[in-house]
Amino acid sequence: MSELEKRIIEKAATLLAGGEIKRVVGWKKGEFIHDPSPATFETEESLKDFIYNDFCGANLSKYLIDIFKREGKTAVFLKPCDSYSFNQLVKEHRIKRENVYVVGIECHGKLANYKVEEKGITGITSEAHEGENVVFDTLYGKVTASREEVLLDRCLTCKGKKHVVADETVIINDYEDKVSDRFAMVRELEAMTAEERFAFWQGQLSKCIRCNACRNVCPACSCLKCVFDNPQSGIAAKANDDTFEEQLFHVIRAFHVSGRCTDCGECSRVCPQHIPLHLLNRKFIKDIDSLYGEYQAGEEAEGKTPLTSYTESDTEPNNVFTVTEGK
Amino acid sequence: MQEVNNFTPNIVAFCCNWCSYAGADLAGSSRLSYPANVKIIRVPCSCRVNPMFVLKAFQQGADGVILCGCHPGDCHYVTGNYYTRRRMSLLFSFLNYMGIEKERTRVEWVSAAEGAKFSEVMNDFVAKVTALGENKRLQDLRVKEE
Ligand code: SF4
Ligand code: SF4
Repeated sequence: MSELEKRIIEKAATLLAGGEIKRVVGWKKGEFIHDPSPATFETEESLKDFIYNDFCGANLSKYLIDIFKREGKTAVFLKPCDSYSFNQLVKEHRIKRENVYVVGIECHGKLANYKVEEKGITGITSEAHEGENVVFDTLYGKVTASREEVLLDRCLTCKGKKHVVADETVIINDYEDKVSDRFAMVRELEAMTAEERFAFWQGQLSKCIRCNACRNVCPACSCLKCVFDNPQSGIAAKANDDTFEEQLFHVIRAFHVSGRCTDCGECSRVCPQHIPLHLLNRKFIKDIDSLYGEYQAGEEAEGKTPLTSYTESDTEPNNVFTVTEGK
Repeated sequence: MQEVNNFTPNIVAFCCNWCSYAGADLAGSSRLSYPANVKIIRVPCSCRVNPMFVLKAFQQGADGVILCGCHPGDCHYVTGNYYTRRRMSLLFSFLNYMGIEKERTRVEWVSAAEGAKFSEVMNDFVAKVTALGENKRLQDLRVKEE
């Protein structure tokens, strides 16, 4: 057990022992160390299953929408990027801030299971970051992989190590923020012809099996009744004779979360088909930044979003492309 | 009307009730022509247009979609078109990013007094879409007649 994990579990135990906090939301051990799942812990005894390692990519904010309504106060562990989603949900009145105790925790980048698997690394018993590498202890011996190659896509362009909301933090190492360009791939796509872009997206989206995992995990997709659940929508399932359904699903979903997507990267993390869904949301984020001023959803827990506000001098639709393509 | 290879595009025009629809009316009563393949759908306000409407229009075979509303500042509901302006700017830029050419979508402000502008805008839009040809990228094959 790492020092960090130990400190986090101790924190959970102290919080539960205090009496005011009735439950803690964290990650629970799976069968292996690489398959933890989000869970609620109500007793100190149950904490024996608590786990915090580099496979704990899951963002716990969305679970609070239901859990915060239970009696008493709930404590939650949030990584820096997760804290943006929490703020955004508070802003949208989906979570009551005063019902939740937020513990910000250290994160040095999380691993993508499928990337590890693709490298043939299996039977992992423990793992640790060592400089620019990750070292895995496996049943078959020690294996080293470069961090760049096994991190989740979102961690390659990490937002930074700052928690935008936290009642307290558990941080041992102060990692430096790395400067990265999260729009690089968006720009590459913009530079292509419409035909090439269409081919790119058709190639990606035709892999979609409409499992809805991306929608279900997304903290911004928090509607009680989702438009895609309406059987009359005509897009409730995957069509087998063209790609319109996928296009429509993904255009509408990206549009619905635009201005509210914190770029937490959960959609891309959970997609079983490894579709780079963040490239959809980042186009909206990039356009909003260049047209209406830089905006980071979840930075603040109040105020308007770019699509619920306007200025009289906003760019005219006919000039949009001159602005967005110039950046 | 321009025709290339006998191709006549299907154009869907969402027009707000208070300005642009009246503008279209004026174009008609002033005997100004605009292409007959422009199908006008009247909406209470340009901001009534949900992105789903635009996509459904393409799905059902539209080759171009244009949205017309009152000039900014003149909205019957005061601020509706300001929201439209942001939404449609982002949506159309996004569709272009997905490979739906930007010439297939457009937003124009047409007042009730601008019958001539309505006719000009439609003629120009139809010409641009005609030049692009048929939209094959967002259509549902099941609704296509062969
Ligand atoms: S759309 Fe994806 S990146 Fe954006 S908030 Fe939802 S899960 Fe996170
Ligand atoms: S998670 Fe992936 S496969 Fe599932 S609906 Fe979303 S994009 Fe499609």
